[in-house]
Amino acid sequence: MTTATDIDRKSLTEYLLRLGDTSLILGHRLSEWCGHGPVLEEDIAMSNIALDLIGQARLLYTYAGTVEGEGRDEDDFAFKRDVTDWKNLLLAEQPNGDFAATMVRQFLIDCFNVELYTSLSKSTDTELAAIAAKSLKEVTYHRRHSGEWIIRMGDGTDESHRRVQRALDDHWIFVDELFETDALDAAIVAAGIGPDLKSLRPAWDSMVDRVLAEATLTRPQTDFPRSGGRTGSHSEYLGFILSDLQFMQRAYPGMEW
Amino acid sequence: MSDLRDKKGYENWDEAGVARFEALLAAEEKVEPRDWMPDGYRKLLVRQISQHAHSEVVGMLPEGNWLTRAPTLKRKAVLLAKIQDEAGHALYLYSACETLGTTRDETIEALHDGRAKYSSIFNYPTLTWADIGAIGWLVDGAAIVNQVMLCRCSYGPYARAMERICKEESFHQRQGYEIVTKLAQGTPEQKKMAQEALNRWWWPSLMMFGPHDSESTHGNQSTEWKIKRRSNDDLRQHFVDMTVPQAEILGLTVPDPDLKWNEERGHYDFGPIDWDEFKRVLKGGGPVGRERLNARRKAWEDGAWVREAALAHAEKRRARRQAAAAE
Repeated sequence: MTTATDIDRKSLTEYLLRLGDTSLILGHRLSEWCGHGPVLEEDIAMSNIALDLIGQARLLYTYAGTVEGEGRDEDDFAFKRDVTDWKNLLLAEQPNGDFAATMVRQFLIDCFNVELYTSLSKSTDTELAAIAAKSLKEVTYHRRHSGEWIIRMGDGTDESHRRVQRALDDHWIFVDELFETDALDAAIVAAGIGPDLKSLRPAWDSMVDRVLAEATLTRPQTDFPRSGGRTGSHSEYLGFILSDLQFMQRAYPGMEW
Repeated sequence: MSDLRDKKGYENWDEAGVARFEALLAAEEKVEPRDWMPDGYRKLLVRQISQHAHSEVVGMLPEGNWLTRAPTLKRKAVLLAKIQDEAGHALYLYSACETLGTTRDETIEALHDGRAKYSSIFNYPTLTWADIGAIGWLVDGAAIVNQVMLCRCSYGPYARAMERICKEESFHQRQGYEIVTKLAQGTPEQKKMAQEALNRWWWPSLMMFGPHDSESTHGNQSTEWKIKRRSNDDLRQHFVDMTVPQAEILGLTVPDPDLKWNEERGHYDFGPIDWDEFKRVLKGGGPVGRERLNARRKAWEDGAWVREAALAHAEKRRARRQAAAAE
């Protein structure tokens, strides 16, 4: 394992948790659909995508535990942190809403993940590069799936067009956060571990614009973007997610399952 | 074969067809969708396969309850994979139904308007994590006993669907048993959780095999047509014989004071099943029967615009391709 040496363990752990938390929370949200999808094929697809995301989170958490060196495992990270210690993107924790809202949330993150994992698969940190290479195959499929639905819904019926446009307008306030950077990102970039997130935006824009055009949807504008997820400033939704996610470990602490 | 004209289920009579059909059954060969088959055979299969498909779909709900609350990430992933398999099983089964001439939408509508049934077991609630273990161990365990038999069913598409399903179900059963094992070997609280789950799920699991042979409406005809190869009571006994020792290994008590090994029969004797409860639950009177069906109806109704959008988009694409080709 070649971990870049010019970054401290705490920073790398934090970075891995940012990645893992977004995967887990988004996977958790998708799993809420299971059994309630619009058609059986989508129950299968959404469960499959949730499985991929939860799988990514497990790899990232396990690696974070190794880097941190304090004996924490994947379940410690998932079940024993409260809201302000979570570092996921705000977009990931937004409620499922209707199928249009879920697919818009998914598509915006999928497009980001494809660019992010493409870059991370070339990380100087070989362990992270391996996780990213595996994840890249998955998120590429996810983007195809969600992108196709954006097109079907946008260029489907009047109702589906209206719903997906509204979902797009509602979720656009969370887009800027995807590309936001702070001191931790600067250190990660300097160590060659991960990309400058701002640099991912042009490719993201062009993919999103291409799909929106085919879907006959209008790219929204927003004056008041939201952010803060990566540093623990979340929406009220995350606490409710955690009260489900962590119920067993909180109610029955220290037991084996 | 002239007596067949008057036989129930053979109303759509065809001499050559009947001869071939009966020959296939006699030779233990499979009846395929293009073969002539009695209307009654077709009807019985549609009834049974659709009921089975609906059970897979409704069965996603009690387990889905615990996806967001699974105690570890590994358990969460395994449970997701299991429920995903069940959705896949439903797809194979709806496809098998389609080979008999009923569309998936028609089959699903029959569930929603109450004409079609699903296994009564899913009208019981999953109250604790141990119930997820109990469903895998007992409910999937009972399902396997039934499904292994159905791999030998005379209708080809159903038998083949069952072979695929059985492979996955045996994995489900093992993971369920493993969940319960972990609880049974755990703290007193965990052990209590496991025992209570066994108490809740034992009798409903025995009911999954259906009424006693003497009471079964479709049993004889189904056996004659080699759809069903073993009787309800026979399958139930097999399940009890298989499961009681598993409970003993875990140190859990099967909630039946009459349960005891019968040396002479070489089987366990067990107490009387509450058939009033069975009938009530089957008709939707179970603890969460109304909720289950409402959840399915809601998913279908809420998804209508999505399905319509997909169709409308496919139609637009087709029209555009056609227009482009015409140029």
